[in-house]
This record gives sequence, structure tokens and C-alpha cells, in this order.
Amino acid sequence: MTIPAELHYTAEHEWVSVDGTTASVGITDYAQRALGDVVFVSVPAAGTRVTAGEPCGEVESTKSVSDIYSPVTGEVTEVNGDVDDDPGLVNSDPYGAGWLMRVQLDEDEGEPSGLLTADEYAELTAEQED
Amino acid sequence: MMTRDDAQQGGQPRSTPLREVHERLGASMTDFAGWLMPLRYGSETAEHRAVRGAAGLFDLSHMGEIAVTGAGAADALDYALTGQPSALAPGRARYTMICAPDGGILDDLIVYRLADTEFMVVANAANTAVVLAELAERAGGHDAQVQDQTSDWALVAIQGPHASRILAPLTSIPLDGVRYYASQPAVVAGRPVLLARTGYTGEDGFELFTGPADAEPVWLALTAAGGADGLRPAGLAARDTLRLEAGMPLYGNELTAKLTPFEAGLGRVVAFSKPGDFVGRVALAERAEAGPVQVLAGLTIGSRRVARRGHPVLWDGGAAGTVTSGAPSPTLGVPIAMAYLDPAVARQAETDAGGPLAVDIRGTAEPARLVSLPFYHRPR
Repeated sequence: MTIPAELHYTAEHEWVSVDGTTASVGITDYAQRALGDVVFVSVPAAGTRVTAGEPCGEVESTKSVSDIYSPVTGEVTEVNGDVDDDPGLVNSDPYGAGWLMRVQLDEDEGEPSGLLTADEYAELTAEQED
Repeated sequence: MMTRDDAQQGGQPRSTPLREVHERLGASMTDFAGWLMPLRYGSETAEHRAVRGAAGLFDLSHMGEIAVTGAGAADALDYALTGQPSALAPGRARYTMICAPDGGILDDLIVYRLADTEFMVVANAANTAVVLAELAERAGGHDAQVQDQTSDWALVAIQGPHASRILAPLTSIPLDGVRYYASQPAVVAGRPVLLARTGYTGEDGFELFTGPADAEPVWLALTAAGGADGLRPAGLAARDTLRLEAGMPLYGNELTAKLTPFEAGLGRVVAFSKPGDFVGRVALAERAEAGPVQVLAGLTIGSRRVARRGHPVLWDGGAAGTVTSGAPSPTLGVPIAMAYLDPAVARQAETDAGGPLAVDIRGTAEPARLVSLPFYHRPR
């Protein structure tokens, strides 16, 4: 199971990568394994506001559906159209081609808080696997 | 007389004889009805597609096998079950049900007649104990023995259009001579099996009942023989989407103790014409006369969101039923579902294909269409 060291994570199994004031968001390798084959992802359209910790979309797989919780607060600027055409990208490349949305962070929010480091996420998922 | 099988160690799921094979293959395992079973080996969609296009290999050793034997076995089963096993020729099998006196379904079963006085009843894993207890009680007035043989059997199934060509070179009998719902003893990969042309996928296929020690050699021999023809191991996730496409009910979803075979559209399993009484006869006759209180229907969903068990079905915005099973259909490319509908709505939806049928999927009404079951017919 992969947990790239340079990313941040949530307890709901999303990953975040912050580049200046833009955050990229997706779901983790742990999540895609648990879900099985992803058949559909729904994320907010560009222009929608999202709030950290609030559900903002869903990932539908063969066996189940899971909510996506936004890890950050801001405005969605871009969604990944490739995932719409090929939801399997979330399974095959969850941190790369399977990214889900980009969010412009609110200026006054500063760095997103409450996120886990790779080590903290590794600990969390190790506990959950037991 | 009944003998009972109690091999379960307190609290832990039981392993099948193929557990190590699944682990070597990297399967994701799950506790299913108290058995540790492979849910999927990799992509359950790829496994599903393999069964439709080539062949899949399944471990079904969790199923219950109950032997009913003796001079009175046929009569005992005619009394105990809705069908008429006494009418089966040796070597034939039939899909049937066992109902409570009020007509409620306790399990759906396949009964195999192995000889004049020898039957094997195959039950769902979750219901084996109940079926065993009921059969033992109902056989009470007959010259018949009821024995739980679940621990004596493993079950390997090969299902798909290539199943026959993969299995044939390993088998001692010509497969062309085995009709659908027939069974015969045979030797496969040097091991004695009961070979049955039955399955739960909507494809041609075979279920091989083996001794526990023979399951792994048979599995490995089929794997080696079948690779070139696209044979893949397939888990319970694929098994569920395959049976759903084939319009086959699952006990616990479409079949429950609160419903009779008539609600499920399976009145054909009730053999009212058999002589003698059977458990549930009066209640089932009443339901047959009155008509089903709910009607099982097939739906396709007009969005990419998936209808799932428990989701409300709506007609013109009003409550009209409930989804019993739902999943994305790899073969149809859209989400499909089975649902129980109010009979009046089912009639309206049948005549009005573009009518206001919808499923409330997590708060949003997604449009749905009524379709005939099964969703998928295998090419002949």
C-alpha cells in the first residue's frame, strides 16, 4: 500500500497536495483498495465552494458508495474529466492520473489545518487493518 | 434421524479446503455466513467479464450439502419441500424451495437425485443449519435419514462459455452427455467428483463436488488447463453481479421468510399437483389464488449512480417499492437493480415504459425503467 511522503491526508482517506494557494485532492490507495472497482465519481463543479470536513461528493464502486469529504476550504477550480471517462484511473493511479479536483484556497485561511502527515496516515491505516 | 456437523471453532470463520490457494493468489477475503471466502482476487469487474467471455473458477465450498437417503427419502422430500423430488430421475436435479407452514421461504435449494433412495440437498451457507433442522423434523414420519455432509464436500465451479472445452480433457465422461441440471459421478484430474451442470451465473458451467483433499488438485489442474482459454479465479463479488445480471434471486435479498415464491415470480417451484400434503400447501395455495402482495421487477437506472438494497422506488414521486439488490452491470454498462413493487405500480410501469419510475438514491430521485428479467441472456 502506497502513502507518498510528500502528501497530506485525512482520516476519511483523501490526500491533498498544496502548491501555493491551490490544493489538489484525491482518494488514497487504501481507499481505492477498500472500495474495489470504481465505476463513478461525483465531485462539485468548478465554481462551487467547499468546506474542510464537509462531504462534497461521492465515489461509487461495484459494492458500495463512499462520501468524499473536502480536506480544505475554498473554491473548486478544476475537476478531472479523465476520471469521468475512465473511473478506473482512481484505482490504477489514485495519486496521479486519478486526481479528483483542484481547489483555490481562501486567502485568509492560511495553510490547511487538521491534516495528517504520511506517517500519521500510515499509523491510522495500520490500526484499521488490524 | 439426523446427524449434525459441528466443525466450527468458536467465533472464527471456517476455512474452506482452498484457503491457501486463495491466499497465494492474493485474494481479498471476507467472512461470509461464517466462512472465510474470497471476495475478489484483483478486479471484480475483470472477473465478471472473464466469466461472460471465457470462464471463471469459483470456490463454493461454503454451500451446505445435506444427504437425504432411504426408502422413504423421496416421499420425505416431497413433504418437506415445495417441489416434487420424487419425480426426478436419478442423475437429474431441480431448483426448489423449503417454506414455513405460513408459506414464507426458508431457503432456495438445488436437490440432486443421485439414486432411487439417495438425494443431496444443496443449501445456502447462511441457512444450512435451519434447512438441516427442518428436513430432520419433516422426515420424522418417513423411512429416511438426514445427514449434514457439508464438511465432507468441497465445491469447485467452472462457469463460462469456455468451461466445457477447459473441463473436457480432464474429465472421464463426455460432457456433451451431461444435460443442464443433470449430475453424474466422474473423475476429474484423477479425482472422483460428482459433476453437475448447474450454476448461478447465467452461463454454461459445471459444479464439481469433491472430497476436501481433492479440491486443491482439481482447482490447480483446471487453472493449468484453462489459462490459455482465459480462465480466471472469480470471487463472491463477481458471483453477485453475475447472478444479478442473470435475474437470479439471492436469499436474504429477494427471498425472505416474509415472502412466498409467488412474490419472487417463482411460483413454478411449487408443485401443487403432487399427491400428498406438503409443508405450506394451504398458505401457498391461498397466495397463489389471491396473487402476490409485491411483485419482483428488474430496473435499469438512468444515471451513473447505483441503486442499492433498501433504496425506495418511486412512481410519480410516491412510494412504490424497495430495491432488493443493485449494482453496476458490466455487461449492460448501466446500473441495474431488482426491486419489489406494489402490484398496481408494476402493472402501470409495464404498460407505460416512459412513466415516472425512479429510485431515491441517497436523497436524489434517479430515473429508472422497468425491464424484463433476466437482464442478460447468454448467446446460444
